[in-house]
Amino acid sequence: MNKGRVLAVFITAATVALIAIGTLWPGKTALQYSGGKNLLRTSSTPQAAVENLGDEIRLRAWGAAYSSLGNKAEFSQSDFVHDLTGYYLSLRTYATLESFEVRPLHASSDQAEVRLRMHWSSVVGPFTTTRDLQVVKNGDRWNVDWPLVRKTVVPPQVIPENYLRWDVIYRGPGDDWGVQDVEAPHVRIVDMHPVQRAEGVVVLGELLNEDVVPAYVSVRATLQSKSGSPISTEGSFDKISHILLPKQVTPFFVNFPNATLSDVGSIRMEPLSGLVSASAGPVIVIENQQLNPAPGATVTGQLVNQSGQVVNIAHILETLYDKTGQVVWVADQYTDHALLPLTPIPFDIHIPEDLARKVSSERTIVETYSVGGVH
Amino acid sequence: MVLASLSLASAQDSRMSLPTTVGAGSAFSIHSTGSGKAVLYIVGPGQALRRDVQLGESTYFPVGSLYNAGHYLVILVAGSSTDNGWVDVVPANTPANLSFLAKPSRLPIGLHNGISGTVYIFDVYHNLITKPTPVSFKLSNPSGSAQQRAVTAHEGVATTEMDSSEKEGFAKFEAQVDGISSTRVVEQVPGSPCGLTMIARPSGKGIQLATNPVRDCSGNAVPDGTIITFTESYDGAQSTADVPLKHGVAQVEIPAHPGATITVASGVVLGNEIHWQK
Repeated sequence: MNKGRVLAVFITAATVALIAIGTLWPGKTALQYSGGKNLLRTSSTPQAAVENLGDEIRLRAWGAAYSSLGNKAEFSQSDFVHDLTGYYLSLRTYATLESFEVRPLHASSDQAEVRLRMHWSSVVGPFTTTRDLQVVKNGDRWNVDWPLVRKTVVPPQVIPENYLRWDVIYRGPGDDWGVQDVEAPHVRIVDMHPVQRAEGVVVLGELLNEDVVPAYVSVRATLQSKSGSPISTEGSFDKISHILLPKQVTPFFVNFPNATLSDVGSIRMEPLSGLVSASAGPVIVIENQQLNPAPGATVTGQLVNQSGQVVNIAHILETLYDKTGQVVWVADQYTDHALLPLTPIPFDIHIPEDLARKVSSERTIVETYSVGGVH
Repeated sequence: MVLASLSLASAQDSRMSLPTTVGAGSAFSIHSTGSGKAVLYIVGPGQALRRDVQLGESTYFPVGSLYNAGHYLVILVAGSSTDNGWVDVVPANTPANLSFLAKPSRLPIGLHNGISGTVYIFDVYHNLITKPTPVSFKLSNPSGSAQQRAVTAHEGVATTEMDSSEKEGFAKFEAQVDGISSTRVVEQVPGSPCGLTMIARPSGKGIQLATNPVRDCSGNAVPDGTIITFTESYDGAQSTADVPLKHGVAQVEIPAHPGATITVASGVVLGNEIHWQK
């Protein structure tokens, strides 16, 4: 009984002590999320002013961030917020700023240029945006002039749309068992190639919908040992366009972490397909695609939405081929901006440095997701 | 009213005379010997009957009493003594229902033995008729041509294979047995584009690309929604667009680059090439 009382007193005392320590010397993260002001430095240098702005953006303290700007008279707080989170629903809308880097570019006694690289976290992975900021001295403080990118205005117009749409009606539970169901789409793997990478084995290839109806597709691959026993089974998840219209081709990428190609005797491939309701629009033109060689190899280009519908998220899939036309890599990227009608949006997809020299040509496809129109 | 065969099973006890076979759903009777009251039980696949009987008389079972084909146990209980035997209920001779499986429901044109049809023949009580039965299959194409096959069903099943026609459209696939028929519809769809060609026209600062009407090698129009890929290559760069067919053609506007090479493709089928000089 006595031991229990001693333990209770000890736990109570320890709790009080820890609360006192946490209150007097709070951690940085705790302070951020409690909205504590002590986190922010005084904006006595250009770098400190940009760091404060970055912290406020990370905390989504839009009012404080907007108030700190030197050029806030040029736009409203709403414009500032939308510049960061997107004027239309897009990946940016629900992204959170994970971290940022501040790099001074030029500085004088009353003016400086500072680069702010913001690392965002979204549901499909991280993305980075960069802004070069003018920072101006105002008395003993420095204020950031935010380079606002204004909302793209689409001229009022009527864009006729008469794209096809497919809907699927399956057999009902009351139907006789001999009644036909709708046939699953016929798909075919037209190319397949295993690659050994440092992180494991990757199976790359291309899948064709050779049917006349849209297909929801996936690819399952099983590595088999030289004796024929299965080593591992994995499916394509990202780096594939899961909805394929008739005669459309998608790359696929199946990753086997920690596998070794020399242990593999054969690979069993299973293309999977199902009927899906789909629309044949919108048409996205990929303009000025360019393969930029190593170092820093990338594929760059611009997406142009030729329909009247806003594309909220675009998934760009890049299939890279060697001189013989064999797939050597599949890369992808999501746009963090919505695609407005007839408004080019640039993209820049990184290619692994060691593969860049093998790449001779590329093919780009775009999978789109839309939830609304222009307003 | 049709009475079942009353051929007696010789091995059975003298107190109960059973027919060896009864047609599914047919009327039949069981005669017993002796005197007094007894209870007659008939137990089989999915069915059990109980009748109070007067020994020495025939017990009559009307049409529809036993309708599931199979092997039935018959037990006569009179006081402490029992007698038992077996009766086989066989499917009726006349087909009444067909279950017709036609696969696939959609396939490309011109496929040899691409369509399979399997028919299961049932009597009015859904018992599979296992005796050899002639079945005729007929595939009527939208063009008016037809393929026919005559097949004999064994153990209740008949199967055949048919070719898809060279003409797209919905074909009627019919199975017929003794005046009973079942029909399925098979969609025959065009094949891959054949002789894919496009034309290019200047359009403001761009190029308007449009395919000629896209057809397969048999001359069928390729369905709308099929993706046509246009690719323009110039100065180490390229522009591409995946465009669905609309009213038989695909068209798109892309930026104009003098000296560009423009190609068109659909799936793994390549079309013509245009060198843009303007």
